[in-house]
Amino acid sequence: MAATSQAATGAALSGWETVVGLEVHVELATDTKLFSAAPSRFGDEPNTNVTPVCLGLPGSLPVLNRRAVELAMAVGLALNCEIRPSVFHRKNYFYPDMPKDYQVSQYDQPICSDGWLDVPGGGRVGIERAHLEEDAGKTTHLGGADGRIHGAVGALVDYNRAGTPLLEIVSRPDIASAAEASAYVEELRAILLALGASDARLEEGSMRVDANISVRPVGSTDLRTRCEVKNLNSLRSLRNAIDFEARRHIGLYEAGEAPVQETRHWSTDGRTHSLRSKEEADDYRYFPEPDLVPLEPDPDWIERVRAAMPELPAALRERLCAQGADAADAQVIASRGLAPLVLDAVAAGADASRTVTHAVQNLALDGAELLEAAQLASLVQMETSGQLTATQAKAVLTHMCERAPDAAADPSAIAAELGYEAMDSGELEALVDQAIADNPEAWEKFCAGEAKVAGVFVGAVMKATRGQADGQAVTRLLAQRRDA
Amino acid sequence: MSGANKSGKRQVRQREGSPTDAASLGEAAAISTDQVAHVARLARIELTADEIEHYTGHLGRVLEHARELEDLDLADVPPLAHPYPLRNVFRDDVAGSPVDRDEVLSQAPAASSGQFEVPPVLGEEA
Amino acid sequence: MTSAHVIASEVRAGTRRATDVLEDFLGRIEAHDGDVHAFNTVSAEQARAAAAAIDAAVDEGRDPGPLAGVPVAFKDNLCTRGVATTCSSRMLEGWQPPYDATVVQAMTAAGAVMIGKTNLDEFAMGSSTEHSAFGPTRNPYDLARVPGGSSGGSAAAVAAGFAPLALGSDTGGSIRQPASLCGIVGIKPTYGRVSRYGLVAFASSFDQIGPFATDVADAALALGVISGHDPVDSTSIPAAAPDFEAALARGVEGLRVGVVSELTGSRGNGAANGGPVLGDAAGEVLDGIDADVTERVLEAADALADAGATVGRVSVPAVTYGLTAYYLIAPAEASSNLARYDGTRYGLRVEGADVEEMNRLTRRAGFGDEVKARIMLGTFALSAGYYDAYYGKAQRVRMLTRRDFDAAYADFDVLLSPTSPCVAFRFGERADPMTMYRCDTCTIPSNLSGDPAMSVPFGTGAEDLPVGVQVMAPALGEEAMLTVAAALERAAPPLPKPPLARMSGSKGAGS
Repeated sequence: MAATSQAATGAALSGWETVVGLEVHVELATDTKLFSAAPSRFGDEPNTNVTPVCLGLPGSLPVLNRRAVELAMAVGLALNCEIRPSVFHRKNYFYPDMPKDYQVSQYDQPICSDGWLDVPGGGRVGIERAHLEEDAGKTTHLGGADGRIHGAVGALVDYNRAGTPLLEIVSRPDIASAAEASAYVEELRAILLALGASDARLEEGSMRVDANISVRPVGSTDLRTRCEVKNLNSLRSLRNAIDFEARRHIGLYEAGEAPVQETRHWSTDGRTHSLRSKEEADDYRYFPEPDLVPLEPDPDWIERVRAAMPELPAALRERLCAQGADAADAQVIASRGLAPLVLDAVAAGADASRTVTHAVQNLALDGAELLEAAQLASLVQMETSGQLTATQAKAVLTHMCERAPDAAADPSAIAAELGYEAMDSGELEALVDQAIADNPEAWEKFCAGEAKVAGVFVGAVMKATRGQADGQAVTRLLAQRRDA
Repeated sequence: MSGANKSGKRQVRQREGSPTDAASLGEAAAISTDQVAHVARLARIELTADEIEHYTGHLGRVLEHARELEDLDLADVPPLAHPYPLRNVFRDDVAGSPVDRDEVLSQAPAASSGQFEVPPVLGEEA
Repeated sequence: MTSAHVIASEVRAGTRRATDVLEDFLGRIEAHDGDVHAFNTVSAEQARAAAAAIDAAVDEGRDPGPLAGVPVAFKDNLCTRGVATTCSSRMLEGWQPPYDATVVQAMTAAGAVMIGKTNLDEFAMGSSTEHSAFGPTRNPYDLARVPGGSSGGSAAAVAAGFAPLALGSDTGGSIRQPASLCGIVGIKPTYGRVSRYGLVAFASSFDQIGPFATDVADAALALGVISGHDPVDSTSIPAAAPDFEAALARGVEGLRVGVVSELTGSRGNGAANGGPVLGDAAGEVLDGIDADVTERVLEAADALADAGATVGRVSVPAVTYGLTAYYLIAPAEASSNLARYDGTRYGLRVEGADVEEMNRLTRRAGFGDEVKARIMLGTFALSAGYYDAYYGKAQRVRMLTRRDFDAAYADFDVLLSPTSPCVAFRFGERADPMTMYRCDTCTIPSNLSGDPAMSVPFGTGAEDLPVGVQVMAPALGEEAMLTVAAALERAAPPLPKPPLARMSGSKGAGS
């Protein structure tokens, strides 16, 4: 199905270009909610992380979480936005998981506006705004198939999530393809992780992407009717939904019709579906939230937030490339949040190439981000000095990640525990000499320039040491004896 | 200061006659039954046709009175949302104690499995 | 009847038991509240336990605080943990909050004993308590008349001698107007002076909690207890409460007192026109203010002049538009504040086939006529296409009011006007909504500006019913306001106590 649609897309897109703007909601990584001291935490028993504010109890009042504001400011600064005075508004609509039946959100005066994000491998995407708002609770529909609304006989409401701080980051319609949209989200995610602003997990809903999609003839600068597509809970869904929707629009235009502006739902059947339109047109009756006062970050505060920001992924990638990593490796390392670790380990004396290889191949592990640079550097040095083989180094790394950030994650201690005794060089030389003596014909061929027969000697040494020897060290010794 | 006050006074005195007079001179009603029915839907209040008539009268009286604002020139006057000019009020990101769930659910019209129970939600879904 | 000051000092001194004080007041309630209906709930059992704890503290040599053993009545829109908080609405009938309002905590921490929850116009929307879902409260001066509103139950409770102190809330005059109609003192503090945490919201940018008392000194004592910064209310002003009681003894010499011309016309009697001090009101004077009420205000101004204040007239032009601005903004905020009463989390539910129908039927059954009207009015004022013309414009009038007051306070320390345009009226007399809303003409401007204002009894009007004079001051100017109020209290002609208050209770007679 996916393969067919990809192929169809290519054909249908000729003469048309896709125009995408993304609205990304991220849950900010605060300890408490946006307006209440309730823990902002998931997976607990329903309705246990709630205060009168989260439940909208009569008489309760909101107070803004300073940390949430600082995280929003940091994200805004990372996206090259202006940090401006802002005002919270009430967005009025009824829904059971909205405890006050209004959502507190920033409306015409968001805290961050007019920035941009350079997408790796893509263009510069304008950021229209990023604003703070509160999340809703969670409604579980009872009795309908798969907990869906249709056919439900009732619903249960849990307000644990109600009031969790969200930052909604709205891009301009500057994104030209599904791939660029995906890269934008990945880069945004890397920034959020680097800032510690959010754990930004699409699958778990701590990062939610809605796409505004339209198409236009190549060369046109007009914006045509867009559709907003929701329920995109993976990068794959995002890409497929953009391709599907673009194709749908092109098909309509080419049939002499036009799409209608509406909200559509990305479904597991690989299509978007129109959401049932509401009886009443939306009229949210925004007005300034009288229970909260204006937010006016002063320049000193903004500069303190800026100064506390870590190096951003783009800059880190640049430094990784300067250390010899290629762009793809740098991207992988940065997206895992491992760039500071790698760069610090290299700065501590580790071989750059080996460190990058480990980060790309052997550190897709939980706990990798907790490793200490000095420990990683010492592991790489043990490897390059021949104390550990590549295979052993990988095994030691796995143990280090499990134990990090404990002091017990020290690589030499782990190597010792695993019985990875560094081979005495005299012992290794004796084994190499023995292997040469045992295989005189192969040795003649090796000396005549047949490098591939080196495997005979390496294999013999490995057999004798039950795999503990360093293959590279054996190869070095063979070369020494040949050239002597 | 008193000068500013006087100019403010001139500014707001541009109209002779009461709003009720204006209304009786045949201006359109300030709100229609259709509009009242619309706001009742927005506000989720079930009303009968008679009640819609009743509230159309009630709201109409108030909104007719509000027509006195129509002639005010307020272009240079910004809106005031908060009576006392506070800025930047925060709390630290430190967790407090949550409310007791049983105490709260005991006040709920219907509860089940530690949650608030409601009739089915007919909303937007594909 | 004894004042809060006297009760507290006797209880603290150990010469009187808090439990005895409480029984006196409970006896009066039992004897007369059937007629007055000031209370929705009398929390006798909790009160007895609280009073016993006060007595125990005194016995152990601990000081229970400045309100030791003083019974206090709370308006039934202030959250009290475990005691029903109904807002006089079917919607919240029987609802028991899981927490206390900040003011309730402050009063009890100062030694006050909650005696009950008082009646109000439903969700504080009204000026007579006729809009209570549980029936109106009656004015202790004349049971055929309203006590004013919306805090009518609190005002009537104090006037009838059911409690020496009560707290109410004032959104458009809901403390001052009933205080005026019941012949007692009522204070609306500066917006932000007193925490709103735990006050069930009507219109958040106007609502402010304040005290009722029989005299200015008791009101100042209670104001001191409830004032101060509260970190759980973002609109709470980070300023410590001054010593309000110290302001009472200051003289008015040198204070500049402005009589608001738009609210206070000329003397009706041609011979005395203008009076000895004030000239005639120039410019527009709002219609509908009773002549004898105006007379009392002018007499009050004369009295202040006699006491050494500098008295003059001042124009605050925007007050003529206050009523309109208020009746757009306050319903707009209310329409949002009252959305949460949807049958899901607390209070009434009427079942429906789906959530939306359940919401609609619940709100139909739970809200009374006036509340529904204001919710819809506010919804309309905020709705697409009407926001700028109604809500937006009203917010600009609010700024105009702020500016006009600022200009007036550049020349005057306090302002004077009537509190209510009329004395207590008969039930049903103001059934037309605009007629009822005009009760708030004089009080609304201070809610728009957020400035403090209070009502002090000053003589009587028609039918010998009490008249209140309103003293207004700039933001955080409560001390000057109280100084003037205390001077007015000293100069006021004696006000007869209401007939009810002169009778003793069925229990505790002889105290």
